[in-house]
Amino acid sequence: MVHHAFTLAGETLHALPSGALHWPAQGLLAVSDLHFGKSERRVRRGGMALPPYEVQDTLTRLQADLDATRATTVICLGDSFDDLAAQDGLTDDARLWIARLQAGRRWIWAEGNHDPGPVDLGGTHLAELRLPPLTFRHIADPAGQGEISGHYHPKAQIRTRAGTLSRPAFLIDASRVILPAYGTYTGGLRSTDAVLDALMAPDAIAVLTGRQAVAVPMPR
Amino acid sequence: MSTALPLILTDWFQTKGWAPHPHQLDMLARSHDPALLLIAPTGGGKTLAGFLPTLADLATADHTGLHTLYVSPLKALAADIKRNLQTPVAEMGLPIRIEDRTGDTSAHTKRRQRADPPHILLTTPESLALLTSYEDAPRIFAGLKRVVVDEIHALADSKRGDQLMLALARLQTLCPDLRRVGLSATVDDPAAIARFLARHPDPCPILTADPGPDPDIAMLTTDQPPPWSGGGAAYAIPAVLAQVKAHNTTLIFHNTRAQAEIFFHNLWLANEDALPIGIHHGSLDREQRARVEAAMVAGQLRAIVCTGSLDLGIDWGDVDLVIQIGAPKNVKRLVQRIGRANHRYNAPSKALLVPANRFEVIECLAALEAVKAHDLDGEPRGDGPLDVLCQQILITACAGPFDADTLYAEVTTAGAYATLTRADFDACLDFIATGGYALRAYDRWQRLMQRPDGLWQLRDPRAARQIRMNIGTIQDTDTLKVRFRRNRGGKPLGEIEEAFAATLTPGDTFLIGGQIVRYEGLREMTVEVSPDPGRKPKIATFMGTKFATSTQLSTRILRMLQQEDWPDLPAHITDWLALQARVSRLPEPGRLLIESFPHDGREHACVYGFAGRDAQQTLGLLLTKRMEEMGLDPLGFVATDYATLIWGLKPLTDARALLDPQKLEDGLEAWFKGNAVMKRTFRASATIAGLIDRISAGQRKSGRQATFSSDILYDTLVKYDPDHLLLKITRTEAMRGLVDFGRVREMLERVGDRIDVIRLSRLTPFSAPLFLEMGRVPVEGMARERLMAEAAEELMREAGFS
Repeated sequence: MVHHAFTLAGETLHALPSGALHWPAQGLLAVSDLHFGKSERRVRRGGMALPPYEVQDTLTRLQADLDATRATTVICLGDSFDDLAAQDGLTDDARLWIARLQAGRRWIWAEGNHDPGPVDLGGTHLAELRLPPLTFRHIADPAGQGEISGHYHPKAQIRTRAGTLSRPAFLIDASRVILPAYGTYTGGLRSTDAVLDALMAPDAIAVLTGRQAVAVPMPR
Repeated sequence: MSTALPLILTDWFQTKGWAPHPHQLDMLARSHDPALLLIAPTGGGKTLAGFLPTLADLATADHTGLHTLYVSPLKALAADIKRNLQTPVAEMGLPIRIEDRTGDTSAHTKRRQRADPPHILLTTPESLALLTSYEDAPRIFAGLKRVVVDEIHALADSKRGDQLMLALARLQTLCPDLRRVGLSATVDDPAAIARFLARHPDPCPILTADPGPDPDIAMLTTDQPPPWSGGGAAYAIPAVLAQVKAHNTTLIFHNTRAQAEIFFHNLWLANEDALPIGIHHGSLDREQRARVEAAMVAGQLRAIVCTGSLDLGIDWGDVDLVIQIGAPKNVKRLVQRIGRANHRYNAPSKALLVPANRFEVIECLAALEAVKAHDLDGEPRGDGPLDVLCQQILITACAGPFDADTLYAEVTTAGAYATLTRADFDACLDFIATGGYALRAYDRWQRLMQRPDGLWQLRDPRAARQIRMNIGTIQDTDTLKVRFRRNRGGKPLGEIEEAFAATLTPGDTFLIGGQIVRYEGLREMTVEVSPDPGRKPKIATFMGTKFATSTQLSTRILRMLQQEDWPDLPAHITDWLALQARVSRLPEPGRLLIESFPHDGREHACVYGFAGRDAQQTLGLLLTKRMEEMGLDPLGFVATDYATLIWGLKPLTDARALLDPQKLEDGLEAWFKGNAVMKRTFRASATIAGLIDRISAGQRKSGRQATFSSDILYDTLVKYDPDHLLLKITRTEAMRGLVDFGRVREMLERVGDRIDVIRLSRLTPFSAPLFLEMGRVPVEGMARERLMAEAAEELMREAGFS
């Protein structure tokens, strides 16, 4: 696993190729926008049925990251569930699995715009988490410093000799990190979008996920 | 049923000054046989031979309700036969009602036909399947005595034919005395067609009409040599026009719709004498097609640019020349196309082949020799596909509750399903009933329930509507209607593929129905355009069918390459072959030539497998996967009918490790998981088997959505239910269909370890055309990761990050 190491507010952080953020000094792993229950919700809302396996897929990847980093604190940066009813739609298998992952770990569900209420799974529910010098919240605050957030599902493009590649990406500057969406079936917002452009400093970088984490100047 | 010609028919033949052909009388004499196959050339009075027993019977005895069902693969053919039958029936004054029923028939007429069927109903396999799905099917088909399957050779190779035979099995249950007649063009294996037609295990005698004289067929000579690649044959326009002028009516066949459109456009630009020339292909709107057909019948057209939509026996009367643009790919189809010219019995058909590029010159010559040698190509077809069986179970359920044992007995009377095991049948039934293990949680895929009395029925009777809308096995690429913006509600011009429409931005121009139009916008799933005369079009990439060159034709080409010289080939080709022999070598039968060379900063490997486009494509996918494992960093490949060209970062030197058949086959299994071709195959089978809807009731689903959900379904099943029935079907399909691994395996077995890897300093005459081919496939692998890292490093350095 080839991660990208960088510092934010003096702390060393690792952007993992999976899209998770690792803070080794704190033994903390942050993931954002898991969107559990997306397919279940689509069916409920009369959309096309997606197979009900995205929860398993997302949990498989999360388990791999936890095994590799041995993180003791997990923070899910909001939009962990596609909506509040999606929690009830989780299968017993998925609930058990989440419980296994939570065992022996501090687990925080930060609230997102899709899932503002408390969660009836284990773990703590918070609007945001401050672990100085860093702050974890769902949506970036333009005035934030040392801030870790998600929400936008950023992705970035890079031109190579073999054509243009597009990947979910971390956006990183001196003040903040915006995490890519970790969930299966989540779309993305191009780094060139005006919202992201306004949030990120001119010298921001994008870290593309995939088999390895690859840093480039943030495509604008 | 009478077996001699009744007086009224004898009189009619006499007033016409005709005598019935011997095979027509044979057909009548054997009209009591449960199944009968007639093989006759075009123009041999085949259709009349098929209907003679019906006419004789209806002329001599009263009959109430449906007497004879006629099924043809083409809607247009059904309409044409109706015209051709009505004339003699009217002339004889017979009280026979003849009607057609296809997708084009109005809802009103269809309703009336169900209530009051005509004596003779002309239809297509899909419309027939739909008819059998109605609860009142027993009443509709009551009294049915005969079924005539026209152009059965065209159906026997396809799922449409399998569906038809399952429908006939159903009809035979309803009408046990039903007699079957098949009408076929010349084929390589008549016995296989007979087995396909007859109720298993009934015998099916084969009658063969006099095949008539050999066709007059040659390659078109042009002043200018063909280009190195491409399929347009624009270079041949002046020569083709000259031929059109020299003949009454010419059919100009193309292999794909896009090529037909482009050729038609270029033909009009060069048509200084304003000869009346029309275009006919499956993407054109029905009314447009009908207009062209009518003008053709009226003898108003000098030429028609067409595709497979005119492959089959519509009687155009006055056609005296057939031109085939592009290599025919398949000798059997070529012979059938040639037969379109000159419908007079016992007169030779005249045809010209126009190779679209240099390699096709060789292929055309090989095809000419094969036609002269009466050497038709055919590949045995496997057992009846299970996706079609799944659809048949759904259709049966629509018609009413059914017993599984009875249905199993019924479907195994269809030749293709004679060997169907009960286990496979039960697996299909279980899939239809429950959706299968991975999908059991969804109500929408639990379609059947077993009643206390053991019969199976639809869980929700309302599902019948949805099932009926999905009947059929033809896989249309998703298309959007095109119409002019100014007269909204006006006639559509035709259809284009959704994927193509998605690439259009307002102001773009493309060809449709021979005219250039400007894209204005999309409105409720209709592409709105305005006329745009005189600009160069952005071309409509209709898929059409891309045929792979047949095994037999490929072998002929390889053998031809071994000749000392080539007196029948033009100088520009022999020079090219000689140069290839000098700088590299010519591919040989029983060996596999691989050229390895650097070009334009990348390494290339060109594999001359001569296995046909589909198999070469699969070979490309498998080889690049192996190369990835071997650290050769492949970046992409492109395939033609004769070779696959692969490019990457490192040179290929050892082919033995690369081509290990076992490793390739292992790769195939792994590759099943994420491959786009497999997903396409899956999508087709999943649609036929009723897992995904072709059209959702009320609102049309966009093609991209459908692809999206079918791809996700595929990934899910692969991951969580790898033994799911649909995946088994997909694997079976993959071996013969688009993936054609069968031919890859066959090629590898044939060459064994006789693999020649030649390391060269530059590209070769044979590999050069591949660099101009369309349809490059990128490889997602470490090479790309490496290039990404390289590009990223460069960007970071430029931006001043250390």
